[in-house]
Amino acid sequence: MAPSQKLVIDINGLHKWFGDFHALRNVTLEVREGERIVIVGPSGSGKSTLIRCINQLEHHQKGDITVNGIELDENIKDIEAVRREVGMVFQQFNLFPHMTVLENCMLAPVWVKEMEEVDARAMAMKYLERVKIPEQADKFPGQLSGGQQQRVAIARALCMEPKVMLFDEPTSALDPEMVAEVLDVMTDLADTGMTMIVVTHEMGFARRVADRVVFMDEGEIIEANAPGAFFDAPQSERTQAFLAQIFND
Amino acid sequence: MNNAFLKSTREAPLPPPVSTSGVVGWLRMNLFSSIGNSLVSGALLLFLVWLIPQLIDWAFVRAIWSGESGAVCRVDGAGACWAFVNAKFDQFIYGRYPEAEHWRVNVIFLLLAGGLMPLALPTFRYKNHVVLFMLTVFPFAAFVMLLGGTLGMPQVETNKWGGLLVTLVVAITGIVASLPLGVLLALGRRSDLPVLRIFSVLFIEFWRGIPLITVLFMASVMLPLFLPDGVTVDKLLRALIGVALFSSAYMAEVIRGGLQAVPQGQYEAARALGLSYWQTIFQVVMPQALRIVIPGIVNTFIGLFKDTTLVMIVGLFDLLGVVQSNFTDPNWASPQTAMSGYVFVALIFWVFCFSMSRYSVSVEKRVSFNQR
Ligand SMILES: Nc1ncnc2c1ncn2[C@@H]1O[C@H](COP(=O)(O)OP(=O)(O)OP(=O)(O)O)[C@@H](O)[C@H]1O
Ligand SMILES: [Mg+2]
Repeated sequence: MAPSQKLVIDINGLHKWFGDFHALRNVTLEVREGERIVIVGPSGSGKSTLIRCINQLEHHQKGDITVNGIELDENIKDIEAVRREVGMVFQQFNLFPHMTVLENCMLAPVWVKEMEEVDARAMAMKYLERVKIPEQADKFPGQLSGGQQQRVAIARALCMEPKVMLFDEPTSALDPEMVAEVLDVMTDLADTGMTMIVVTHEMGFARRVADRVVFMDEGEIIEANAPGAFFDAPQSERTQAFLAQIFND
Repeated sequence: MNNAFLKSTREAPLPPPVSTSGVVGWLRMNLFSSIGNSLVSGALLLFLVWLIPQLIDWAFVRAIWSGESGAVCRVDGAGACWAFVNAKFDQFIYGRYPEAEHWRVNVIFLLLAGGLMPLALPTFRYKNHVVLFMLTVFPFAAFVMLLGGTLGMPQVETNKWGGLLVTLVVAITGIVASLPLGVLLALGRRSDLPVLRIFSVLFIEFWRGIPLITVLFMASVMLPLFLPDGVTVDKLLRALIGVALFSSAYMAEVIRGGLQAVPQGQYEAARALGLSYWQTIFQVVMPQALRIVIPGIVNTFIGLFKDTTLVMIVGLFDLLGVVQSNFTDPNWASPQTAMSGYVFVALIFWVFCFSMSRYSVSVEKRVSFNQR
């Protein structure tokens, strides 16, 4: 599915400090509906911070972020409105351990969207099927493997029927044999036309799925390009050095 | 050289070595596993062999079970004077609550037992509803019913309340008030709003820094000084307020420990889904925090239950107070009266506290997230 022209996320001149530390420096990024962005970069380069600014888990101090037409500032109502439209998947899954898989998926639809319980249940089952684990619905997260937990986390986010999905290193905490099952689910999701921003070290996934690969270093976007051009003919020296390091290991 | 290996038969399962199973195995493993362990076990066994027969002798064999006055207990070689407990039993339970109205107290006791019993049944489905009822409606309904003055029930002034009734009223008020107040104070202490945080810290540290006895004294002696003339607050009510504030400060610290143990990622996941602050707290964070600190919460309840005996200091007669005040009854003077009274009180307290402790263990097992 080709990306349309409609802007879903518009980040302009974004700055973020942690105390004195300048974590994001003048970041500008536009994401169109249906576009798949993969963000790569060395550890500490600000990848997580950037995507966490999009749903305001981190608050920025300078610059503009507009998501789905809503400009983000201090206003908590606006922030919550944006969060309803933006799903997020974390490295550590962050499932709610005191609830079953089904309850994890129903929580936000019931409390945030005030959906009827039967509808929320149907919605949850639909997305648990989409991530291929409907049979685990009544288990607790602690009874599942890492790969299964992460797929539940994806289903939980999808149950809010978001316009955008953010992934922060979704496979980094997984044992190697479970990485593929999560990447498969993400690839399927990309095929449905979901707008996605994915921070990952899985370069194969980036090459296959991304419309654009963004390279960050020291809080800046150094280079952004279609995956073919990005991997085969990187422009910046820092990108070249980074890619050389990754592919030599 | 050929070092290939292929197993052609499977090993059959064997029973474990004999000595680790059965009674003998258990004894060997747990009591006599080493010389040091054997010595300690032996010494304790000897002590029990010496103690238990004497206890049985005093409490049952030589005990006096009934009688009209202390004379029956003044005979030589008499053991426990249960006749004293027997004769004063109503007073120990109800204090000076009028006998004709005892049924009201009994109804409350039954409601209490009836409300707590189903919580111990693992399969009972409406547990949350019952807990909610016991924490909200029950305390107020009980207070109205005990006090009377409405619905055709004559009023019974709180200065007539006493015995186990007062013990339970004070303890349950402390327990019921300390949970919600403790939750709010713990949240306040972790709040981003400085005013709220400072208030919570000051409140908690103030109440934790002074002994309950002092709190009760202040409530009964100093509070009236600050109230305008003519305004009086019931003595029991003052003690109840003191106990409630005191115990909520302790509860707040226990709950704060639980809040700290909930990973930051849980807040983030909930907020990222669009849940509001309060939804995040009550749906995601608090249920986990409370489960983590169930042992601490029950510990606080048990401590509070035993601390209720301090209300004696301000002239309220709880179970211990009533029993003690009867030691001076000349009609029941005997060498065994006081001992028997104290053992009776200890037994009642032990039953309540031990039940709470066992209940907490069963809840802990049930809610351990079924992990791994
Ligand atoms: N809450 C915080 N307080 C202070 N500094 C922070 C905080 N969060 C992140 N940082 C710093 O900001 C920088 C960017 O962090 P970020 O987590 O965005 O990096 P990243 O690119 O996601 O790295 P990684 O690949 O290791 O996840 C790092 O130097 C980090 O130490
Ligand atoms: Mg990161």
